[in-house]
Amino acid sequence: MGDPKGFMTVPRKDAEYRPLKERVYDYGEVEQTLNEKDRQLQASRCMDCGIPFCHWGCPVGSKIPEWQDAVYNGRKEEAYYILHSTNSFPEITGRICPAPCEKSCVLAIHEEAVTIRENECATVEQAFDAGIIKPNPPKVRTGKKVAVIGSGPAGLAAADLLNRAGHSITVFEKNDAIGGLLRYGIPDFKLNKRVIDRRLEIFVEEGIEFKTSINVGVDILKDELLETFDAVLLAVGAEQARDLPVEGRELDGVHFAMDFLTKQNKIVAEQIIADEDQILAKDKNILVIGGGDTGSDCVGTSIRQKAKSVTQIEILPKPPEKRELNNPWPYWPETLRTTSSHKEGCERRWSLNTKRFIGENGKLKQVEIVQVEWEKDETGRWNMNEIPGTNEIIDAELVLLSMGFIQPVHAGLLDSFGVEYDKRGNVLVNENKQTSIDKIFAAGDVEKGASLVVHAIQAGNVAAKNVDGFLRNE
Amino acid sequence: MQMRLPEEQGLYNPENEHDSCGIGFVAHIKGKPSHDIVKRGLEVLRNMDHRGAISSDNSSGDGAGLLMQIPHEFITEVLKLKVGEQGKYGTGLIFLPKEETEANICVEILTKNIEAEGLKLVAYRDVPVDSSAPGEIAKTTEPTIKQVFVKANLEKDALERKLYIVRKLAEKEIRDSNLKYKDSFYQPSFSAKIIVYKGMFTPDQLRSYFLDFKNEQFKSAIALVHSRFSTNTFPTWDLAQPFRMVAHNGEINTVRGNRLWMQAREALMKSEVYGEDLKKLLPVIEPGKSDSASFDNVLEFLHLTGRSLPHSLCMMIPESFNQKNPIPDSLKAFYEYHSTIMEPWDGPASMVFSDGRYIGGTLDRNGLRPSRYVITKNNLIVMGSEVGVQTFKAEEIKEKGRLRPGKILLVDTQLGIIIPDQEVKAQLSRRNPYQMWLKENRLQMKDIVVKHRVPSSIENFETYSDVFGYTKEDMYEVIQPMSQNGAEPTGSMGNDAPPAVFSDKPKRFFDYFKQMFAQVTNPPIDPIREGLVMALTNYIGSLQSNMLSESPDHCKLVKFMGPILINTDLGKIKDLKDEMFTHKTIPMVFDVKEGVNGFEAALEKILADAEKAVDNKKNYIILTDRNISKDQAPIPSLLAVAAVHHHLIKTQKRMQVGIIVETGEAREVNHFALLLGYGASVVNPYLAFAAIDYMVKEGKINMEYKKARENYIKAINKGLLKVFSKMGISTLRSYHGSQIFESIGVSQGLIEKYFTGTVSKIGGVGLEEIYKETTMFHEKAYKIDTTPEPFRFESSGTNAWRKYGEHHAWNPETIGLLQWATRTNDYKKYKEYSAIVDEQNKKPAFIRSCFNFKKNPISVEDVEPVEEIMKRFVTGAMSYGSISKEAHEALAITMNTIGGRSNTGEGGENPERFGSIKNSKIKQVASGRFGVTNNYLTNAEELQIKIAQGAKPGEGGQLPGYKVNKIIAKTRNSTPGITLISPPPHHDIYSIEDLAQLIYDLKITNPNAKVSVKLVSEDGVGTIAAGVSKAFSDIIIIAGADGGTGASPASSIKHAGLPVELGIAETQQTLVLNNLRGRVKLQVDGQLKNGRDVVTLACLGGEEFGFSTSALIVLGCIMMRKCHMNTCPAGIATQDKSLRKRFIGKSEYTINFFRFIAQEIREYLAEMGFTKFDDIVGRTDLLEVNPEVTNWKMKNVDFSKLLYMPKETKEYDIRNTGSNTQSSKGHLDFDLIKEAKKAIKGSEKVWISHKIINVDRTAGAMLSGEISKKYGEAGLPEDSINCTFNGTAGQSFGAFLVKGVTFRLEGDSNDYIGKGLSGGKIIVVPPTGSTFKPEENIIIGNTSLYGATAGEAYIRGVAGERFCVRNSGAKAVIEGTGDHCCEYMTGGRVVVLGKTGRNFAAGMSGGIAYVLDETGDFNYYCNRGLVDLVPVEDKADVKELQGLISNHLLYTQSSLASKILTNWEEYLPSFVKVIPFEYRKVLEEQKVKELQKKLQLTEDDPSRHE
Repeated sequence: MGDPKGFMTVPRKDAEYRPLKERVYDYGEVEQTLNEKDRQLQASRCMDCGIPFCHWGCPVGSKIPEWQDAVYNGRKEEAYYILHSTNSFPEITGRICPAPCEKSCVLAIHEEAVTIRENECATVEQAFDAGIIKPNPPKVRTGKKVAVIGSGPAGLAAADLLNRAGHSITVFEKNDAIGGLLRYGIPDFKLNKRVIDRRLEIFVEEGIEFKTSINVGVDILKDELLETFDAVLLAVGAEQARDLPVEGRELDGVHFAMDFLTKQNKIVAEQIIADEDQILAKDKNILVIGGGDTGSDCVGTSIRQKAKSVTQIEILPKPPEKRELNNPWPYWPETLRTTSSHKEGCERRWSLNTKRFIGENGKLKQVEIVQVEWEKDETGRWNMNEIPGTNEIIDAELVLLSMGFIQPVHAGLLDSFGVEYDKRGNVLVNENKQTSIDKIFAAGDVEKGASLVVHAIQAGNVAAKNVDGFLRNE
Repeated sequence: MQMRLPEEQGLYNPENEHDSCGIGFVAHIKGKPSHDIVKRGLEVLRNMDHRGAISSDNSSGDGAGLLMQIPHEFITEVLKLKVGEQGKYGTGLIFLPKEETEANICVEILTKNIEAEGLKLVAYRDVPVDSSAPGEIAKTTEPTIKQVFVKANLEKDALERKLYIVRKLAEKEIRDSNLKYKDSFYQPSFSAKIIVYKGMFTPDQLRSYFLDFKNEQFKSAIALVHSRFSTNTFPTWDLAQPFRMVAHNGEINTVRGNRLWMQAREALMKSEVYGEDLKKLLPVIEPGKSDSASFDNVLEFLHLTGRSLPHSLCMMIPESFNQKNPIPDSLKAFYEYHSTIMEPWDGPASMVFSDGRYIGGTLDRNGLRPSRYVITKNNLIVMGSEVGVQTFKAEEIKEKGRLRPGKILLVDTQLGIIIPDQEVKAQLSRRNPYQMWLKENRLQMKDIVVKHRVPSSIENFETYSDVFGYTKEDMYEVIQPMSQNGAEPTGSMGNDAPPAVFSDKPKRFFDYFKQMFAQVTNPPIDPIREGLVMALTNYIGSLQSNMLSESPDHCKLVKFMGPILINTDLGKIKDLKDEMFTHKTIPMVFDVKEGVNGFEAALEKILADAEKAVDNKKNYIILTDRNISKDQAPIPSLLAVAAVHHHLIKTQKRMQVGIIVETGEAREVNHFALLLGYGASVVNPYLAFAAIDYMVKEGKINMEYKKARENYIKAINKGLLKVFSKMGISTLRSYHGSQIFESIGVSQGLIEKYFTGTVSKIGGVGLEEIYKETTMFHEKAYKIDTTPEPFRFESSGTNAWRKYGEHHAWNPETIGLLQWATRTNDYKKYKEYSAIVDEQNKKPAFIRSCFNFKKNPISVEDVEPVEEIMKRFVTGAMSYGSISKEAHEALAITMNTIGGRSNTGEGGENPERFGSIKNSKIKQVASGRFGVTNNYLTNAEELQIKIAQGAKPGEGGQLPGYKVNKIIAKTRNSTPGITLISPPPHHDIYSIEDLAQLIYDLKITNPNAKVSVKLVSEDGVGTIAAGVSKAFSDIIIIAGADGGTGASPASSIKHAGLPVELGIAETQQTLVLNNLRGRVKLQVDGQLKNGRDVVTLACLGGEEFGFSTSALIVLGCIMMRKCHMNTCPAGIATQDKSLRKRFIGKSEYTINFFRFIAQEIREYLAEMGFTKFDDIVGRTDLLEVNPEVTNWKMKNVDFSKLLYMPKETKEYDIRNTGSNTQSSKGHLDFDLIKEAKKAIKGSEKVWISHKIINVDRTAGAMLSGEISKKYGEAGLPEDSINCTFNGTAGQSFGAFLVKGVTFRLEGDSNDYIGKGLSGGKIIVVPPTGSTFKPEENIIIGNTSLYGATAGEAYIRGVAGERFCVRNSGAKAVIEGTGDHCCEYMTGGRVVVLGKTGRNFAAGMSGGIAYVLDETGDFNYYCNRGLVDLVPVEDKADVKELQGLISNHLLYTQSSLASKILTNWEEYLPSFVKVIPFEYRKVLEEQKVKELQKKLQLTEDDPSRHE
């Protein structure tokens, strides 16, 4: 442990965001960085707990106390390698992870958790700057081949570990660029895409083969794949978004959030999008339906596109500002989260249900919403009731549906592979992440439903371990 | 009829029986025999009655006996036997089976041997006895007693040797026979010089039993007596003492090793005096007897084979001969030379011995047993464990003295002189030119020339470190801190990880062994403050050939100063070409491809090679694992070493060779301790050195390699001393091969074969599993990593929790749910928590999780309410000081609310809490006695004597100065900022009878309180508990070694002591076997987490349950394990104000917790079909082993011993049914209270006068208690009650005496005078009429004013050892002291107007001592570790000193004081002021503060602002 009394003498210091007036005019990352000295001091606040709850809270089991100590002591290389030992791309989680670790940090009991996420990001950036991170291709190849389908965090994590174990990996991606949700789902102001490219360049040098714009199940069929590869890992995510089948859903102006976000990301990536395909918020009243992170990304993107107004509504009640008695530390806090985007100018409302979309000439003009209340029934389940007389009509020319994802897309690839599904429509796997079909594994949202990036990475890690075991036992 | 202890059964093992006692002798110095001497001997015995013990029938004694000269006149004139002249015949009592045929066979065998050896049988005589005298239990095994007479025309010594042969032959023949009652045959003595009368008696019964004692013609010039306090209550007539040569008060800690070494030596013995007959004497040690008996066997053997008694004694219990002991060099050489022949029999010992002509006594190097003597003007000498066992008129007394550590007192009754120690020793050291022999033959490691240096770095360090399982913790939490700081790292919050056998992870084989430690029957040592007796030197090379000869060849050895060998030194040994020093290197590796059979074959090959090396006359074997490879994996070094050691012992080849271990495996203290304890002489940990080198290069150790290595070795050495001292062992030589370990999780087969004599109670891994573990490490090490990354050491999660690491019972899930449940008072949540605990336990994790309950459900409604159950709950002893005020008070409020009891811990309690809801019902009395005042004791419902604590049994503690703030200092009666040290032992408990005395003290002080004794689980704890219950403890706490909330050395947390399940089960079984269970309550504590834990432990025998860690977790502890750093972020284990603000606990939470547990217990009781908790206590039959709880290592784990119910369960109580009351009837204080009534009631003064004798113990404590009840801490005005006593005071005179009471003793006193003095005044003066010089004679015993908190004492005379130990506030003047004066003192003033012993001021952190140093050598006697010596110059000091001496004169009329005061100018410069550094700093700071305050005042003075 760096400084046993660090937490008593050094207060938590967030790097904070770039000034609002500046950041809303570009798509650069909103978060700033601390200088190295301050960063070390922040790391000194870690107490090297007998039970590091952060490490427990972290889905990939990052050895947080160990690398905080290295950061504090200026051992950049060591800090990086400890981070890297549990996570193939800590520079990404360092930017976009909601940091369950910090919620479980012992110092969070008094709301002063160690700035673990920022420390993580800074550690990797410093390591890149110092030239520590270099390609490390495997010295021996096993001769086994693995196809990884999907290049989101789960697929990439698994690809990296399997490649490091000496297997030959080919990653198939249906889109035109590698990264999946990381590339097209997360706005650049939260994750600069150069960060992904930098890591991919290393992967390529380490020998992973990437094949983009290939739609497995269409361009390559299952049998062909199984013939060429010793194992296949499905990591295609859970892309089927939850819809809102109410009156007026078909109106022009009602879009899925992911469509909106992807297009903006492509624009930032300087791809050209035909005018008719554009979804733009400029000068419109925007209604974001769904209070989660995707919704928040829509808010930030809309603001950057110069929307006239942005409103975000959520069907659930407003969460409390602080933990409630029945939601104690070290568990994930069900509390109100306010992102940088929220601070950039939007109205947030809760307990609202969308009744219908009102249009004119096929174009969305307004939305009718109603207040709801939630009640627990005898079985303990929450039931929603509309409050009569609270209907309200608000102006909105663009609605962005961000109510989450329900399951992976079955049609096409998955159905053609013939994998079994579980009750929730996810691909059914056993504890080794093996699907119902021999040699085919699945990892990430495709098998557990939509979740955090860091969960996907962990699923990739677990899958890699099991695929490796599978290949070695053969 | 059963003559011996019960067979080994369940967890009870007769090996564990202990005893200790009162010893003494009376002799006529001029050797004039008389009946009076015998009578006096018996009287001495009677006056030490309270030092012995009585069995469960309340009438059987544990044993008493008398050794005397053969009463020639009685034999010839009364018995009218034709034995011839004195010295020409031999005689002795014989214990025979009651069964007549067998008795006759025994007699025949004896007769046959008498005749075969050419002696003439004169007669057998039926010894007249009064069979109604012994107690009921003793009667069941009363033997037939005959006396045999034989004669021969031999010179006295030759006859004595013959008799010895006859006795040994008869003994052996009967032992080897198939007689049913052969155990009943025993020969107490068989000699031409002495005879022993003994049996299972109380002292009084001894006298009435043997009718011979009544005859006036029954005469002797010496009478040596012994009364026994045994832990058991089994009728063992033969274990009564004296034995044939000695009576022993104490305990031989190293006896297991001593016996093995003795056995190993027998092969090489040749005797000039016995010649071929020597074989008849073997084995020297009678199997199955006590440690004292074994000692006696060897002493007798050494003596009869040609060495004098003092010579033999000095070989077996040498005094310490390092530079701290002021003895002549020639004597040091004598000891050193003999140390090459025999290792010390180490342990507290007061020995009295006699061969009929000489009689004497000696003390071990520590002097831990009291032995006082008086010499009268008419040539009587009386020695005993106590003074006052014989009373003499003041004017008859010539001298009063005590035995001193390592010294011998010898009386030659033939020449009629007393030979002082110096003379005895001078004679011994002149026997041979020992100094020259040593110089010419012995090699010192440092003197051997280096031929080539062996580097520390290893090429493939990473592979090696993987093969030997190095973890990140090993590197950076063990080796690095040791290399950096020269000390073992500290940890806290105990151990909640499973024992090795329950872990599904591969473990090092070392992890299956636990260190043993001393508790109650003998004291642990303080290796730092009392380092003067400790030593790490030993020898390697050819050990001696024949121990019976004395020749220079014995010291042809290589001497080393410590057992850790650096690479270059090992190289030196390998390079030695001297013919006396040759070696054989034996690799301890095996071929991994050959499987477990290959593993076993490799091990067998090592044994064969070792044997061959001995046959080839090699001097040492080097066992090495340096040559590992992809195919060759290392055999666990401990397994190899122990196997070789035991194999060579069995083949009688062990003494010819030394074992050197070159291993990559050993890295932490416990590893080295194990290797040495199982036979290695030195260890070269080459991989640990390579790791240091690696970390130096890596920049993680910021110093030169050499310095780092030196630090590392220093840390290991310090750690080893700590491990030894835990068991009360002082030297490596006696620790070597002593096997002070027990195993948990090793199979019986393996233990019997390779670890013979080690205890392993639940079986476990065999070669197959060990093989598998070893290969798991090996495989991983050689697995190809295609993309290696740096910094690859992984945390295994052994200390701090890790997601994929070792299991910890306290982990995020259990803590999270427990806190959630208790804060929201949500029983459902609690059940979730409890379910997770149970589920995780089944991994498995603890012994308790391996059982299911037998079911027989009834309705929960019918079960007794939670309120009843909660009465059984207590919280653990956590002091205010170790935890914050907030946490401490929350626990007290909780327990007072639910009807349980909270515990003060060791640290006193703020009197403001007394009588309120914040009062802790249990007040702890620990070795530091912090804040233990009379008032404190008076305000308790239970007084708990902490013998050991789970996290660090056998060790003391330390509260660093920075944690001692104002309030803590106040409750502990000390000064803020001063470090407070708790010594490892209670200095008033060195044995079981001492514990009985402390229990008595406490019960007298507060007759309303129960007394409890806290023990820690280890092998033999049951036997100790039996002793404790016989010492009248009401409650016995068995703590698991796992728990522990405080800070401890990391290795103690993990490696000392056993899980609580084994301890409680053994205790239950042993107490039931002894029919002692009904008298005491058993309490358990050790990581209790839920209702299932409690119910399981209840079935094993627990009645009350202690919770510590869990309670703290409920209050917000999150197992930071940083208690030792004062940075507890939960505001619990800290005194820092800002951190304490973080405390979020509330007593409501803990109340919820205990209610939940009680409710859950009710549910279990209902499920099992019981309405009352009492009904499941001790019912192991309600538990059944759950076969599903298992893992790959547990195939051979067997819980049957744990679940064993002795057949006595049917007859005797299996739970507490009555009280364990000891009568205080007739106690002196009842009179004192009556006589002092007026003073206690009002402000009147009273004067009282009484006679006092040594059986009047603990005078004044109850009187003081009465005053405390009324007046609290304040007491009465000075000198309100004035008592004068005449005579010899018993132990603990004036204990806990409060303010307002003045005790004046004219006479002398035994040990513990002024114990816990709480403001009273004690004056001791020699009786009027005395002619001896007070300043040269001992007047008070050992350990005076122990733990005194306030008051005054003026003693005209000399004190024994440890005067004013742990004094925190009393002022005392004395005229001379023994060793260790002012030890651990934290406050008060001591003036010594004469000589002090060694080690003055050791561990003294506060207070001031003034010593009159007329000879100018005080510097040598003072331990200057913590103190400064300065002249007395400061005006205030001079005034203080003068004032104290003038008081002394006033109260005692001391002529010495008068002389000093009248010649003040002359004496003052000879006074030395002893002041602790820390104390001086604090005093100076105080002065500065006061000055500043004054300045402040003047600045604030408005008159200045004009």
